[in-house]
Amino acid sequence: MGLKDVLLSWPVYRQLTGDDPLGRGAAAQSQRTADLQPRTATADRVARSVCPYCAVGCGQLVYVKDEKVVQIEGDPDSPVSRGRLCPKGSASEQLVNSPRRQKTVLYRRPHGTEWEELDLDTATRMVADRVLETRERTWQDLDHDGKRVNRTLGFASLGGATLDNE
Amino acid sequence: MSTSFYGPLDPAPDAGWTDAPPRKGFFTDTSICIGCKACEVACKEWNAVPDDGFTLLGSSYDNTGALGASTWRHVAFIEQSPASDVLNRVGDSALTGDRNALGTDTTKVDLGMPSFDLPGMAVGADGRTDFRWLMASDVCKHCTHAGCLDVCPTGALFRTEFGTVVVQDDICNGCGYCVPACPFGVIDRRVGEKGVTKNEGIAQKCTLCYDRIGDGLTPACAKACPTTSIQFGDLDELRERAEQRVEAMHAQGISSARLYGEDPTDGVGGVGAFFLLLDEPEVYGLPPDPVVTTRDLPEMWRKAGLAALAMLAGAVAAFAGGGR
Amino acid sequence: MAECHPVGFQWVMEAKARGAKVIHIDPRFTRTSAHADQHVPIRAGSDIVFLGALIKYILDNEKYFREYVVAYTNAATLVGEDFQDVDEHDGLFSGYDPETGTYDTASWSYAGHADDGEKEESEHSQRERGAGHELGGRGANLESAEVQRDETLQHPQTVFQVLKRHYARYTPELVQEVCGVPPEAFLEVAEAVTSNSGRERTTAWVYSVGWTQHSVGVQYIRGAAIIQLLLGNMGRPGGGILALRGHASIQGSTDIPTLYNLLPGYLPMPKAGEHDDFEAYLDSVRNKDQKGFWTQADAYTVSLLKAWFGQAATAENGYGFDWLPRISGDHGTYRTVLDMLDDKVEGYFLLGQNPAVGSAQGKIQRLAMSHLKWLVVRDLNLIESATFWKDAPEIATGELRTEDIGTEVFFFPAAAHTEKEGTFTQTQRMLQWRHKAIEPEFDRRSELHFIFNLGRIAKQRLAGSTLERDRAIQAMTWDYPVEHGTEEPSGRAILREINGFHLTGERAGELLDGFTDMRADGSTSGGCWIYSGVYAGNVNRAERRTPLQESQWGWAWPMDRRVLYNRASADPQGRPWSERKALVWWDEEQGKWVGHDVPDFQLTKPPGYRPEPGSTGPDALAGDDPFIMQADGKGWLYAPTGLLDGPLPSHYEPHESPVKNALYGQQTNPTRMVYRRKENLSNPSAGEPGAEVFPYVFTTYRLTEHHTAGGMSRWLPYLAELQPEMFAEVSPELAAEQGLEHLGYATIVTARTAIEARVLVTDRMAPLRIGEKTVHQIGLPYHWGQGDQAYVTGDSANDLFVLSLDPNVFIQECKAASCDIQPGRRPTGPALLDYVEEYRRRAGITTETGNRLLTRDDP
Repeated sequence: MGLKDVLLSWPVYRQLTGDDPLGRGAAAQSQRTADLQPRTATADRVARSVCPYCAVGCGQLVYVKDEKVVQIEGDPDSPVSRGRLCPKGSASEQLVNSPRRQKTVLYRRPHGTEWEELDLDTATRMVADRVLETRERTWQDLDHDGKRVNRTLGFASLGGATLDNE
Repeated sequence: MSTSFYGPLDPAPDAGWTDAPPRKGFFTDTSICIGCKACEVACKEWNAVPDDGFTLLGSSYDNTGALGASTWRHVAFIEQSPASDVLNRVGDSALTGDRNALGTDTTKVDLGMPSFDLPGMAVGADGRTDFRWLMASDVCKHCTHAGCLDVCPTGALFRTEFGTVVVQDDICNGCGYCVPACPFGVIDRRVGEKGVTKNEGIAQKCTLCYDRIGDGLTPACAKACPTTSIQFGDLDELRERAEQRVEAMHAQGISSARLYGEDPTDGVGGVGAFFLLLDEPEVYGLPPDPVVTTRDLPEMWRKAGLAALAMLAGAVAAFAGGGR
Repeated sequence: MAECHPVGFQWVMEAKARGAKVIHIDPRFTRTSAHADQHVPIRAGSDIVFLGALIKYILDNEKYFREYVVAYTNAATLVGEDFQDVDEHDGLFSGYDPETGTYDTASWSYAGHADDGEKEESEHSQRERGAGHELGGRGANLESAEVQRDETLQHPQTVFQVLKRHYARYTPELVQEVCGVPPEAFLEVAEAVTSNSGRERTTAWVYSVGWTQHSVGVQYIRGAAIIQLLLGNMGRPGGGILALRGHASIQGSTDIPTLYNLLPGYLPMPKAGEHDDFEAYLDSVRNKDQKGFWTQADAYTVSLLKAWFGQAATAENGYGFDWLPRISGDHGTYRTVLDMLDDKVEGYFLLGQNPAVGSAQGKIQRLAMSHLKWLVVRDLNLIESATFWKDAPEIATGELRTEDIGTEVFFFPAAAHTEKEGTFTQTQRMLQWRHKAIEPEFDRRSELHFIFNLGRIAKQRLAGSTLERDRAIQAMTWDYPVEHGTEEPSGRAILREINGFHLTGERAGELLDGFTDMRADGSTSGGCWIYSGVYAGNVNRAERRTPLQESQWGWAWPMDRRVLYNRASADPQGRPWSERKALVWWDEEQGKWVGHDVPDFQLTKPPGYRPEPGSTGPDALAGDDPFIMQADGKGWLYAPTGLLDGPLPSHYEPHESPVKNALYGQQTNPTRMVYRRKENLSNPSAGEPGAEVFPYVFTTYRLTEHHTAGGMSRWLPYLAELQPEMFAEVSPELAAEQGLEHLGYATIVTARTAIEARVLVTDRMAPLRIGEKTVHQIGLPYHWGQGDQAYVTGDSANDLFVLSLDPNVFIQECKAASCDIQPGRRPTGPALLDYVEEYRRRAGITTETGNRLLTRDDP
């Protein structure tokens, strides 16, 4: 920016020479303000998704910049939701970017008092060991009435329905 | 130069915007607000406004309390019962905007005399048939005559080409002159931890999503609103729509419906974000007759100018008389 | 609906703006009530009386849609003479067995069907395996499609006349006495519902878990079904009974189930002793002698096994059926948690579930986890179920000590919805595809990734095994392509597998067009028959996004039908009941069914088609039998089979209630599941000594600002700040009675525990007049839990509930129970245990209290 540009963009100059003598409008606009662009416009791409909370199934547009989710808002094309979201849906950017969201695998050993770190592969293998050991230990070919059951009741799974939480 | 501090006018051209687009605004139809608070969250998310503390206020389902530096949309909940005045004794303090007083005072609650009649046999349940739960999403009004803007010494507050009023946080020095200048108690300086909280100490309020509307998008709150209680658009068109809506509601016998802030001849020259209410503005915590605090500014300047002249004259006189 | 499904509620608001009348029936005045034309406060747990009175109103005032009722429902069908109604037995239907607490339902059969042969499976056994779940996609089996009918509806044994007699006592006065709803309010609802039903208009009923989570939950929905069938509101636009489901893909999690007793597509899980070979299984699943599409269940089952086991599944080995595990009773979530307490279960996976907060009897949930050898939690955040070993409330009371808990805990961070591709199946039975926005970072992975890898490791480890038990794992197809060089298996490949393929013949390798392509000879595969067609023509239809076009957005099972049983939207001759409500109709020129929706009927079967005598399956459906998944093609006002607690909804009080059953001596559902254990004590109910200790009714619910047990909301500042603290909503009258102060604390007590909550005194809670007494209700949201990770924490309302379950589907009763409420905070530490113990002592509670199934004098 040359000296002339600097002068021309100086609010007082604009105020004295422009149509905003009181300096409350155009003359007061800072360069940064003038350059503002919404992050929906500067995003690298948009993914079409669906809200993860309740089962209404509102359409979401997920804006990505530099491989980070920068904005999630309603998909106006969705005949279910017509671009609208409730407070939970509106908070879903915070859901995915929350600083408290856990990043790494944690392990608590029997009788331990604190979490420990564990790498993902080791943890997955340890879980597989536990599953197979428990299955071996608790396998039933027949039940106590002698009926064929072909199963283990030694471990259980409680599955979520948003695939994220409950 | 126009009269600029009072009366009807189109604020953007008045502030030096040539070829300004039509004035933009919000029409918040509180009669269809479901109190979901999507507007509050969508606003915070888009504008990266920090949370405002985790305090149960007890003013119905409102735990936000009031507009402020970290609350640019605020949904008020008003429980109205002719039979009982219990609910908003505490709620009232929320509506005045004093967050510090909220959630602390339990003594004001009058539980009333217990009824020994069975409900449904006496006033108890009957009274409840008249019960109303009003919900309303409040926001900066983007006044035609904005006191906050008029007193801002740094040019941080400015009038946009859309006729809205926006704080430029790169300019604001946190002087706080704007805070008492707002007749609605909207703008405030952000309280937080220096160096940690974004824009700590800086005056903050709704920008009507200046960045979004500049790109042809709808402001975050209006976009999220599930029931179109918050409508965004050209102010002229919104006013027309609102008038039709009120007429239709009156025709349905809802005589309490009225508009608030749409009148260009009111004390702030009409607002850019106006409301359809179902009761008196005070019920929602809105001032009944807001007047721009700088209404008398030209007169004050004139008087100040006269005083200065008189002072100058006095000084000259003193000087002149000095030779005696 | 405004509270929990606000964006869905936009359509209600829009309908209202167009003149629709909105009625909200709910114990509390909620955000929905605020916009309803009429709010009807009702006592939690009394809805069957309200619905029964509506049925009576419709019948007495001849408001039913006669032509629809005669042609499309079983109103004209004759019930066998052996059936005896509850009024004859002080609250029991015929066939009750006090030993097992179940009904022999033979006497409920249609005339001519009753008990003429040996029964395949006892009702006790059906209850044990929660057989009601199988009815998620169809009606129950009948012995035969042949029924006796009297279309004048005059024969005393017609369903119509049985219905009339059954609901004769359900008067507006009874509604006042049981529900606390004044007759005027009831009549206003009745008038609105009936005047907005018929040829020109339809009425919809919308419900959520406030209707299902009861010991009579299934019968609540049945009540609504009877009303909708009588009024002709099923299979028609603007009608129906709509379940608003609370988790994004919970519909999907029953369609392709996470339930122990179901295989995909509502096929039953094989049962030990009854399904010993494949033929026995198929014979019990589908009765070839009945009508409708369920008779093709063999094709669905074989295709499923082909999808699972591929080439290893052959006709000779019963398609691998013998490799499947068998159930032998109740293995439901609550039974399993009790088994954990008894050290019978070693391991537990929690995939996006937080039972420490979200399940009933929170203390049992947490104590049970402390008995495990290992626990795997996959979630976004460190939920309370992952950290129970250091911050469970039982640590504070001294019941647990971190150092004593031997449970090994693995926490795996989960990928968010933006970090994985796949479908949600949502409340409309609609699959919507989610595109992946970014790759998950750090250790975060999708569930698909986790399960896929676990399966890969298991297959590797067992590859050389010669044990029969390992054959299933060896045979399992587990070859999903991994996309984009990540280790994420392709969601599209899995959806294709679910859709199914032609395996042989001309079209070998092509995707199925739909379930009607499925064959029982091993020539087709398909992982879930009701989803078949979602990938027809190799087009992922769940991915369709034609802007604002409902019929071109996503894909609804089955076969993209948006309104089930939509044949009923046309009259028996195939003409729309009215132009206004036209949906599908018979086009004589084209010789097929056409319209605005995919017809839910055989496309070219004309309305006048009459089956040959003796035909079965789809061929036996007449051209005016719209309910094609029902064994007789009719909508069932009366359920001769399939339900374990009665062919018609009858009012029973909740398991815990301060109110005596006004109808008969039988207080509660005599077939509900109860668990008599010292950890699962019940409050005494009306009629039992000590009932006065727990005089109040409480109910639980969600708030708009939170989601379920809080795992996706209490960790977000923007949501946590909107509802930061656990509260109890009480009426001004109850506040005065108990000295509760607005914003003060209250302690809510049951036989299980005591929790504390801030008090909100509000006119939105209204005391109700029940008989000659006032009943106060307390409202408790259930989003908070005790832990140290979330932005906001608090006591969990679910800790207050006892385990007592509906017998059909094992849903816990947690929308109505009794309690005491006292001002002030609860005791902390071991003193809390003493406090609750004192209540138990005062009320004289033992493991028998409240658990007597039969409460009338002589069975």
